[in-house]
Amino acid sequence: MHMLAIDIWFILEKVVLIASIIGLSFFVAMYTTFAERKVAAWLQDRRGPNRAGPFGIFQPLADGGKLFFKEEIIPMTSNRFLFILGPALAMITALITSTVIPWGASYVDGTTQIALQVADVDMGILIVFGIVSVGVYGIMIGGWSSNNKFSLLAAIRGASQMVSYELPMGLSLIAVLLMTGSLKMSEIVSHQIQHGWHILYQPLGFIIFFVCALAECNRTPFDLPEAETELNFGYHQEYSSMKLGFYLFAEYINMFISSAVMATLFFGGYDIPFVDESAWGLSPLLFSLMSFSVLMAKVLFFLFVFIWIRWTIPRFRYDQLMNLGWEKLIPLSLVNMLITAALTLWLNK
Amino acid sequence: METSRLTDRAKAVDRRPMTFLESLYLWSIVKGMATTLKHLFRKKATIEYPEEKRPFAPVFRGLHVLNRDAEGRENCTACGLCAVACPAEAITMEAAERLPSEAHLYREEKYAAKYEINMLRCIFCGLCEEACPKDAIYLSQTFAPANYGRKGFIYKKEELLIPHPIHQQEEYEKALGDRKPAAKS
Repeated sequence: MHMLAIDIWFILEKVVLIASIIGLSFFVAMYTTFAERKVAAWLQDRRGPNRAGPFGIFQPLADGGKLFFKEEIIPMTSNRFLFILGPALAMITALITSTVIPWGASYVDGTTQIALQVADVDMGILIVFGIVSVGVYGIMIGGWSSNNKFSLLAAIRGASQMVSYELPMGLSLIAVLLMTGSLKMSEIVSHQIQHGWHILYQPLGFIIFFVCALAECNRTPFDLPEAETELNFGYHQEYSSMKLGFYLFAEYINMFISSAVMATLFFGGYDIPFVDESAWGLSPLLFSLMSFSVLMAKVLFFLFVFIWIRWTIPRFRYDQLMNLGWEKLIPLSLVNMLITAALTLWLNK
Repeated sequence: METSRLTDRAKAVDRRPMTFLESLYLWSIVKGMATTLKHLFRKKATIEYPEEKRPFAPVFRGLHVLNRDAEGRENCTACGLCAVACPAEAITMEAAERLPSEAHLYREEKYAAKYEINMLRCIFCGLCEEACPKDAIYLSQTFAPANYGRKGFIYKKEELLIPHPIHQQEEYEKALGDRKPAAKS
């Protein structure tokens, strides 16, 4: 019977955790848009936005405020319900993926134990993949319901791109899971704390995963669904006001989450390399905060790399994109998986 | 037929098919990223305009200034030579006779009651400055700021006259720039 008893503190703890993670996602996404503009400027020998507030730090607020006050246009020929559902779905799926990521070491103080993770479910990483696949619908529905040929083209491109790049992504993930033996995110991290980061054993797997993450986030060089020059901004061409803002924002939240996933899967999550930080005897609160900031540092580095790549290389042609996905990345990740499986089997014997 | 080479810098294009590693584009992308990273630390080319201004060349011809002498009297006698010299026909003026009570305002018996330059017509050639026998007009080192209407670009005497050298000394010296002050007559 005790299963049915509702633990009010447990619910409260999770609600606070969920609210703060969503707040964090929004905050990071907001300032990633700012970082995008700043880094783009720096890489092109410019200064970037520096008028709104000191160093321009209020620029994202100004951008967001502008989007709120823009006129909201719903095309006459569009399907009204689906047209609104598209950006909502993109946003929701972007936010849900953060649930299974361990954001830091658990806060352990005597008998109380608070995990900095919304849900440490057994299928862990698979949830991320499942939800990311649903994220395709945000783009597809948005592009289709706009009733515009460019949007439809972009939606088809986006869908086929995301489906093709999920395959090598999943295959390179299997190699990681073979080493860990668990899908649980917390166990993947603790395995890395004990045995060293997965990037040391899976450099090829990481590169494949990273390339696929770029494709999943629709980032350059895989930003074909929103190709400005050829598709007039693709699937969000007909969108205005905050619905457009949701699409753009969802992209940045996706970037944030996939950076966190990469840090967790390949770079030891919240672990500091070469030292055993649990032996320092820090107070539980400080220890949790420190592990959280270590993870955030890794995430920020990945976000920088995302932006750095975007402002370095041009977009792939569609056939090059498909070639790279199906003829290069999938065989490579298959080979990687087989070698890992053989080695795991041989070493565990 | 043999073609002669124009330079010795010609490079043959490598048209061999890409190897597998090349077709992953990874190495080229890494090289490209190194290039952009170098630019991250370069000096920025931006000049932050309102705070920081580019210096003009000493021969720069900007907005016109109607000059005063050292006592603050207007030099212009409304002879019309500048308007005649102007190839863009940007200058118009109306002459008036100086009253005895206005001797401290105008240097000679005749003065310009109205003096207008249309900055949209003006080509900033400086021929008015060359034509002026009284050193009454010269081109400064500022340019015409943006405006919301065409009317705003027709500069009247209020906009063109240099500040009074005695009553508004500070502004006068600022407007003068690196020009020598008018000689005492």
